[in-house]
Amino acid sequence: MNLLITIIFDGLTYAAWLFIVALGLTLVFGVLKILNIAHGSFYAVGAYAGASLVSWLLSIQMSPALSVVALVAAAVAVSAILAPLTERGLLRMFYGRDEVLLVLVTYAMFLMLEDITKLLWGVNPYYVSDTYQAFGTLSIAGQSYVGYDVLLIGIAVGCGLLTWWILNRTRHGKVVTAVIHSAEIAASMGVNVSRIYTLAFMGGVFLAALGGALTAPMISVQPGLSVGVIIVSFAVVIIGGLGSIEGAAIGALIVGLSRAAAVHIWPPAELFSIYVVMAIILMIRPEGLFQRIQARKI
Amino acid sequence: MIATSSKRVFLVCALVFLLLLGLSLVLPKWLIFLATIALANGLVSLGIVLMMRSGVVPFGQGLVFAAGGYTAALLFNRLGITDALALSLMGGIAAFLIALPFASLLARYRGIFFAMLTLALSMVLYGILMKTNALGGSDGFNVTRPTLFGFRPEAAQSTFLLWGVTAGISCLMAGLARIYCDSTRGLLSLAVRENELRVEYLGMSVVNIVAWNYLLAAFLGGLGGALSVLALGHIDPNFSYWTTSGEFVFVAILAGYQSVIAVFVGSLLLELVRSFSSAYFPNTWQLALGIFLLLVIRFLPDGLGSQMYRLLPKRPTKD
Amino acid sequence: MTFTAKKLQNRFRPQWRSALLATAMAIAAAPAMAQETFKIGIVSFLSGQAAESFGVPAVNGAKVLVEAFNKGQAPAPYNKPGFAGMKIEAVYVDEAGGATKQVQELRNLYEREKVDVVVGYVSSGDCLAVAPVAEEMKRFLILYDCGTPRIFEENKYQYVFRTASHATMDNVALARYLKSRNVKVERYNMINQDYAWGQDSRKDFMLSMEQLYKGAKVEADLLPKFGAGQYGTEISALSTKPADILHSSLWGGDLQAFILQASARGVFQKQQVVLSAGDHVLPGLGDKMPNGVILGARGAYGLMSPKSSLNDWWFSLYEKAYNVYPVQAPYRMAQALFGLKAAAEKAMAANGGKKPTQEQLAAALKGSQWESPAGTIRMALGDGQQAIQDTAIGKTRYDAAKKMVMLDDIQRFGAECVNPPATMKSEDWIKAGFPGAKCQ
Repeated sequence: MNLLITIIFDGLTYAAWLFIVALGLTLVFGVLKILNIAHGSFYAVGAYAGASLVSWLLSIQMSPALSVVALVAAAVAVSAILAPLTERGLLRMFYGRDEVLLVLVTYAMFLMLEDITKLLWGVNPYYVSDTYQAFGTLSIAGQSYVGYDVLLIGIAVGCGLLTWWILNRTRHGKVVTAVIHSAEIAASMGVNVSRIYTLAFMGGVFLAALGGALTAPMISVQPGLSVGVIIVSFAVVIIGGLGSIEGAAIGALIVGLSRAAAVHIWPPAELFSIYVVMAIILMIRPEGLFQRIQARKI
Repeated sequence: MIATSSKRVFLVCALVFLLLLGLSLVLPKWLIFLATIALANGLVSLGIVLMMRSGVVPFGQGLVFAAGGYTAALLFNRLGITDALALSLMGGIAAFLIALPFASLLARYRGIFFAMLTLALSMVLYGILMKTNALGGSDGFNVTRPTLFGFRPEAAQSTFLLWGVTAGISCLMAGLARIYCDSTRGLLSLAVRENELRVEYLGMSVVNIVAWNYLLAAFLGGLGGALSVLALGHIDPNFSYWTTSGEFVFVAILAGYQSVIAVFVGSLLLELVRSFSSAYFPNTWQLALGIFLLLVIRFLPDGLGSQMYRLLPKRPTKD
Repeated sequence: MTFTAKKLQNRFRPQWRSALLATAMAIAAAPAMAQETFKIGIVSFLSGQAAESFGVPAVNGAKVLVEAFNKGQAPAPYNKPGFAGMKIEAVYVDEAGGATKQVQELRNLYEREKVDVVVGYVSSGDCLAVAPVAEEMKRFLILYDCGTPRIFEENKYQYVFRTASHATMDNVALARYLKSRNVKVERYNMINQDYAWGQDSRKDFMLSMEQLYKGAKVEADLLPKFGAGQYGTEISALSTKPADILHSSLWGGDLQAFILQASARGVFQKQQVVLSAGDHVLPGLGDKMPNGVILGARGAYGLMSPKSSLNDWWFSLYEKAYNVYPVQAPYRMAQALFGLKAAAEKAMAANGGKKPTQEQLAAALKGSQWESPAGTIRMALGDGQQAIQDTAIGKTRYDAAKKMVMLDDIQRFGAECVNPPATMKSEDWIKAGFPGAKCQ
């Protein structure tokens, strides 16, 4: 019984991390119809920015518990600077082209950002682990966990609810939903579609950078962060359905729980579990679990 | 698109093959090796171009690339088959067989879902290869020099032998691809790309066309994988990784779907850029490569192929 | 279609493109016009996950050492400038990009950049791929870092050398350390990355433990994905299975993330952690490194390096240049370059001072031995192509006054104690109970 609770809690903590990272990816795809391979790079930039900001703040004696706010602020800064730069400066040149071409553009962005982050921050690792240990520990089913993990779950749920509320209960959100369903009709109704694209892309980059910034206290921030994140967030988004927030949540839960179960019960399965789940879901329901209805043009 | 007759196509192929063989006498060895790899990779991209002509882009050709490569490598090491042509052919056939169960399933999807499903399959193979220690696990394993019709080359001659085999197979496949593209099925593929529903109404099966294009691309991918393994002397699970697949797609997009030769030129260009970026920018070669990719996508909207067609003198087309 | 290459060249637009390309190739192929230099191609990770922990420190070590060599500043017997007067020129290539790319880069280094020697390769996969290529090309190659024993146990080479011990030594030494310190081990956990390095380390440690701790049981045997970075679930699994020790061959960012996450959740208090290759995380982690962790450096490196005038010189050379003391990666690069210098100068003394041919170099390095900052390196295995060396294991302790992690309880193991003999494969040697091992 204890084992079951442990598996569930481990699954939840991993799923929370996955969800924050994957939410941005699914949002960008839903609105802009771009599958952003550079998503992992924005994650890495967020991690570096968060680590840099918090190390500086901690050195001027800020309380570690408050530094979480600084991490969020770093993510906002990253998205405010990078998102308009990449979306307006780069992606806009390729709108209207084949969607796979756009994927390749994001692949080029990923390559460029890898070296740019290395040039800006160097190869030495950055640590901000004081933040990770600032929230005490708690014991669940005989296991010791850190408060930070629970905080992550809370932030993930918060992000999900906030995004859902913005999209479904605010006027701006309904406009964005309209653009998701059909950009052409929305434009003909007077919506500034390119501004919506920019805002949605900023949201996606913010969420990626937030994922990175919140992860920074748990790891050593160094080159090579982006690659592992890309594949795993793709898998979650594909399982859940591209463009669907509920899908990203369910996908994250499925991947998190299956991974936790594999590690506790049969470790050799862990490497596969994500790809096999992805392949199975794609065979049964290729548009993912929560598909968006897509009109077909004749 | 200029219609051609099969005889003319094969004549051009033979000429190009002789030209390539002649070039190997004057070019430096490192360039010949680079071109061998470029042609082998070009075969995979050629398959992708065939699929792009029917409106789908596969992001998981690493699956067939690795399938062909591992088959050739295993036949070499376990069964002692060392003939380069035989290994390539068997690599192609093995990839074809591995793709067979997935073809009709995949042919029902389009756009990003098709791409992601192929990606998922290639990553599953990657996972399997990483875990299978009998196949060398994550480090892979080596193969030694192949032979040709019983002739066993010295170490120094092996480069030329492989170049000859790869150039020959590439020219042959290029010619066959050109003929296929100009055939009824090939032209129907273009129609499928434009408007599937109308093609269905005209009585042709879209799924059939797309599935067969996928299988042909699988055969080409397996050929490319086998030739790559023989040239490199080594295979590892990275053959099936998503970045490898992504590069094949990039070359296909660079080439565009109008010219077959453009595919091989594009592949060679990518290898050259990658090689020189590595030498001159050891710390920032990824940045250099990314900028190159962007410039190509921006300034060559329809691929190299369209540029090459514009260079040819205008001639009346005859049917 | 009557498209030909000639027609392509006749048009303007592609003409400048091909002219540019031809010019670039000509520049690249132009031979050095100055006096003759000895050109070394150095390949290591400049990007990706291994850059920070292994690649860049090794390249930094190479840069500072080559400069010192050229100025003749190294202590005797390495005090001749360059290689017996011939200036050393180094070019650096990034090992990232996969084995396919590395095979091409190796050929480019030999044939386009015209290097005399290549020293490189951290990744075992890359080593396995490039070694046969160098051998076939009859070109001199030194593998300075990769760990897999497979290179010389599966093939014979004449032109390929490895100037460091392979990875079997690390885990055998670790097990021997535990035994000689009388650490009680009835049950043990393992966590290793799920690829060849992690799997081989796990196997070597398990087999060694079977010999030294008969009856010890494996509890948790975890193999997280390489580059996972998130170990919450693994840490829970380890905590549910109490054991005496936790063995790991994790390295780089994965190891650092694991240490940060596991120490926050009390893993280090409950189990004695032993790391086979952990010394490279010590300078960065500082006070975040828990005390009492038993670790190795894959050789007598860093804070465990033996005292000698050569080592003192090297240690301060690196530390002054980079503000951090050298850990394992720069040491391994240094011992490769010292070995190369010794072999090149021996060959040049025999051939009258000319640049040695590939065969002369190979003959000079084969079966030789030389002094390095980490002790004597002897090319004793693989028919004289594979080195063995002493190693050391220590225990961590953070020194608040010095603001760095120190290593206590250092125990040294002689080369013949923890390396297999020339006549046996590593795995067979461990399974047979280390026959012929010479330990005090």
